[in-house]
Order: sequence, then structure tokens, then C-alpha cells
Amino acid sequence: MKKFSVPALLAIIAAGTVIAAHFELIDLYVQTVIMFIGVNIILSSSFNIINGYMGEFACGHAGFMAVGAYVTSVLNIMFFTSSKSFGDPILSPELALWFFPVTMILGGIAAAFTGLLVAIPSFKTRDDYLAIITLAANFILVSLFINMDSVGGSRGLMGMKQIVFAMEDVAFIPWMLIWTFLFTFSTVFIIRRFVSSTYGKGIIAIHQDEIAAEIMSVNTNKMKLVAFMLSSGLAGIAGGLFAHILGYINPNSFNILKSTECLVMVYLGGMGSLSGSVIAAIIFTLLIEGLRFIIPAMDTLIHFIPLVPDTFHLSQVLKWVIIPLILVILMQFRPEGIMGNRELSDFFPKLKRYYEFK
Amino acid sequence: MSLLKINGLTQQFGGLTAVSDFSTEFQGNELMGLIGPNGAGKTTVFNIVSGFYKPTQGKILFEEKPINGLKPHRVTAMGIARTFQNIRLWHDMSLLDNILISQHYNLGYNLFDLFVRNRRYIENEKRMRNIAMQLLEQLDLVQFMDEKPKNLPYGIQRKIEIARALSVKPSLLLLDEPAAGLNSSDVQELIKLIGWIHKEFKISIWMIEHQMAVVMSLCSWIQVIDFGKTIAQGTPEQIQNNPAVIKAYLGDDQI
Ligand SMILES: Nc1ncnc2c1ncn2[C@@H]1O[C@H](COP(=O)(O)OP(=O)(O)O)[C@@H](O)[C@H]1O
Ligand SMILES: [Mg+2]
Repeated sequence: MKKFSVPALLAIIAAGTVIAAHFELIDLYVQTVIMFIGVNIILSSSFNIINGYMGEFACGHAGFMAVGAYVTSVLNIMFFTSSKSFGDPILSPELALWFFPVTMILGGIAAAFTGLLVAIPSFKTRDDYLAIITLAANFILVSLFINMDSVGGSRGLMGMKQIVFAMEDVAFIPWMLIWTFLFTFSTVFIIRRFVSSTYGKGIIAIHQDEIAAEIMSVNTNKMKLVAFMLSSGLAGIAGGLFAHILGYINPNSFNILKSTECLVMVYLGGMGSLSGSVIAAIIFTLLIEGLRFIIPAMDTLIHFIPLVPDTFHLSQVLKWVIIPLILVILMQFRPEGIMGNRELSDFFPKLKRYYEFK
Repeated sequence: MSLLKINGLTQQFGGLTAVSDFSTEFQGNELMGLIGPNGAGKTTVFNIVSGFYKPTQGKILFEEKPINGLKPHRVTAMGIARTFQNIRLWHDMSLLDNILISQHYNLGYNLFDLFVRNRRYIENEKRMRNIAMQLLEQLDLVQFMDEKPKNLPYGIQRKIEIARALSVKPSLLLLDEPAAGLNSSDVQELIKLIGWIHKEFKISIWMIEHQMAVVMSLCSWIQVIDFGKTIAQGTPEQIQNNPAVIKAYLGDDQI
């Protein structure tokens, strides 16, 4: 029974949060932060498949997130709401609730296939050259959506709030919170199963010595294909959630800055550590949200002790100084990240008694 | 039926002919040596046979089937395993994982089975673990199974690399300078080990080696190449007394 302690605790936390949200014990802002933590856990743990376990340096994760976000959103808007661009709903809006996981997974599948854009070049290319290809893939995907007027072009795409309302019309409970918990837990579960299997460990073998992997019967091209498609597919799932949590997306939400966030989370947590990715996503999200309050406070402070001219103001853009700075500091002082390539259970072996991830 | 038949193998790198018109044949269950001075093209022959290079010319038949142009993982799956001149283990994972991952040719389950952890997944993981454990026991490596190779002595690492190659149940084992970097007592161990593997597993072994003691005491047939060309072949006694071989190894003025 003991081995169910951790899963039970997680279930209680999730259920408790949903119930508290339902009875408005936690406000909408806090709910959104919790959901962003979920999205970021999916992003960092899926990105870790490539940059941690497989040891490649990809840097365009947000591009695949965009594909998932757009495909899921467009499908939902087309089928379950009336909109200017897509007309009347094809199916009745009440069905949105039942089809939400389906459209999410379709978004993930679409993202997985765009992952081929990077996976196929990875057969012959590696290191810096592959990094450049991933960067290019990110740009290609963002430009694609900027130039697609049918999905709003650079103005962005709206209407996902309608989907959330349609779900709430069926039963008034915080659906997005529930979906976020479900998809986040499933993602971590899937990745955990993958990297602890003999099959999945093939990508760790590629990391440590690709030639040895190939000679010891690992089909390295196939493993790269699987790794990139799994990673980008899960990024697509994160994108679908992100779009419906915000209710609005814009191609520039998925540019290189977003990919940089993913990089920071993976390196903060530790390459090849799943628990590291989860911990880093939580810390990172709280930090970013904290900056919303810290930056104005700093602004008030420097004007209070008149350090700077009145016209000078610290803006939220400072976030984009602080995030890359974290990366610089991290690489200087703890390049292996919080966890290195170890898991929580390596630090606390007793923890293993309380769960059985099988 | 011959196990491996190589005919007229030639490999050019730009202007350099690394291997030229190389031929050999294994019937099965031999222990043959491939020797020659540094840069003679020995490793290149192994790289071609194991699928890393596509030869410029020539034919390779393994169990009567052509294998030129097959990718290395396919060649290995057919039954040719190898080790490297400079050890290539996965140094940051356990010895057990090193052996397990080498079962990729025979996983017995797919991604779907893995995600749902069905019976097929569980049984095949168990089967592969048994194969690995059995092999580690045979080679007396069980006490190291949770260790990372990088933390083990060099001699043990060599042995592990051979164990890993054996885990794919090859019918032909290629050893590229297995004694390189070993001290003399390790070399004696290695000679015993290779002889024992040859008898116990009843496989053919093809060995590149610089230490004459190893080659002369193990191989029943030796082929000598120099600048990519075969200059002699025969039994250890014939090779030891062959003037062309002595010349290739010691240079003209020594005679
Ligand atoms: N991939 C390659 N590209 C160019 N030249 C190579 C390559 N591999 C080997 N060579 C050259 O082929 C010759 C034979 O090398 P090798 O087979 O490694 O010799 P050895 O008999 O010492 O194992 C050497 O001159 C080496 O420089
Ligand atoms: Mg060599």
C-alpha cells in the first residue's frame, strides 16, 4: 500500500486544487499560474528528451508548441463555436467537452509530424549544425502562422475562451485546470516509462556514444525519429493547453524567446533528469510570475531613493534580461543544473518505497 | 556453406587506397588473425564488414547473403558483432544497461506495448534481463553489474566490451586490438578468455592484434596486410618465418 503514497498524494493535491478553484477559494490569477506550471512541466520534460537524454542541442521547442496550439484551437473553433473566419459550428458546442482531449491529441500528432522537420536532418547532422536547423525550424513555423491570414496572421487567433465557456455550460467546473492536471501527469508518466525501458534507453546510448549504439544494433535513425516526434508531439500538447488557458494566441508567443524559456528550464533542472525538469518548471514559473510584482516594486524603490530620472521606468521587458542572465549564471556556477542527471529518488532512496512508477 | 566470404574488397579515401583487393573466407568456428603495421588498413576492413563504410569495390557475403551497404545495426542483427580499438562502452550507464541496450535488435515489443506496459512488454524486458544476467554470470562480471564502466579498471572494460558484443549472440566476433593498453598479466587473462569464448560459444573469431604473443598463441590462420595489400597468409609458424612479413614489420635494412 505504501507504494501508492506518492500517486495518492498527487491525486489529492490535484483534486484539492480543482475543488478549491470550484468554490473560488483560489482566485483566477492563482489558477492561471498553476496551469502555467503544468504547461511548463510538459515543455521542459519533453524538451529534456532531446537536450538531456539524447544529448543534442535543440533550441526551437516553441515552434512545435505553436503547431499544437494552432491545430487544437482551429479544430475546436471550427467544430464547436461560431466565428467570423470559420462560420457556424459543425457540431453542437456541448460536444466540445468530450472532444477536447481528441483535438488536443490531434494537435499533438500534428506537432509530432512537424518534428520531422528536425528529425530527418538529425540523421546526418549534429551539434552546432543541428542546433541551427532547430532554430530555423522555429522561425519557419512562426513565419508560417504569421503569414496565414485564415488563422489571424500576426494579429493572432481568438475564440478559445468560447470553447472553455462551452465546456462550462455542460458542467460549471474548472475544466482547464482538470485538463492541465491530466495532460501534465500523463506526460511525465509517458516520458518516465519511455526512458526507463530498454527501448527508450537507446537514446541515452546515442548520447553517450552514437557509433557504439549503431554497432550494438540500436537503429539510431529510428530512435532519433521517435525521440524528436515524441518530444515535439508533447510540446504540441503544451501548446494546445496554453492556447485554451489564455484564450488567445499570437505567432510571436512561440518565437525564440519562448524556446529560450524551455532551454532555461531544462538546464536549470538538469539534463536527463525528469524530476529536475519538473522542479525547474515549478521554480521557473513562480520566478517569472514573481517578477510581475518584483519589477514594479523595484521601480518604486529606485524612484523613492531618487536614483534615476523620473522619466525612467523599469518595465516588464526586464524579464528578458533576467531569464538569459539566469542561464549565464547557471552555466558559470552549476552547469549540471539542480539535479544533474539524477532523479529525486537517487538523492532520497527511501522515496522509492512510496511510489511505484510502472 | 561459408560463414563469411569477402572477395576483392577495395576501399579508397580520396586518393588513398586503404584496402586493396582484400579476400578471405570463414567456414565457421575458426579463430583467424589479421595483422600488419600501423595504417595498413586492418581497422578499415572491420569498418567495411560491420557496415560503417561502403566499399569502393568488392563483395561481402555473410551466410551467403550480400551485406555490402547494410547499416551497421542491421549487420549486427544478422550476427556479426565487434569491439573497437579504443574502447567504446556507454560509460555513464550501468554495466547491466550496457548489455540490455545491445538487445535492441531483438526487443520483441513496440512503442505502444511500452507505453501501456502490457504483458508483451514485461515478458520481453524480463527475457532480455535474463539473457544479460546469464552472460554476466558466464563471464564472471556479475559483481560489476551496477557499476559504470568508467569507474572500472581498463582490463575489465575490455572484457565488458567483449561481453557486450557477445550479448547479441553473434556467429562471427570481430576483435580490434583487444590487447591494446593491457599489462602483461591482463594479456594472459585475455588470451585465456578469447580461447574460452571460442570453445564455449562455438563462434568464429576474427582478431586484429599487434601483440604477437596473443596472435601466435590463439590464431590457427593469420593474414598479413601492408598498405592495404595482402602480403602473406598461413599458420603462425609460416608467418613467423615469412621474409615479406619480416620486411614489412622491420623495414628493409634490418634484413
Ligand atoms: N574515414 C577515413 N577517411 C580517410 N582516411 C582514412 C579513413 N579511415 C582510415 N583512413 C586511412 O586508411 C589507412 C588505414 O587505416 P586503418 O584501417 O585505421 O589502419 P590500421 O591497420 O592501423 O587499423 C590509414 O592511412 C588511415 O589514415
Ligand atoms: Mg586499427
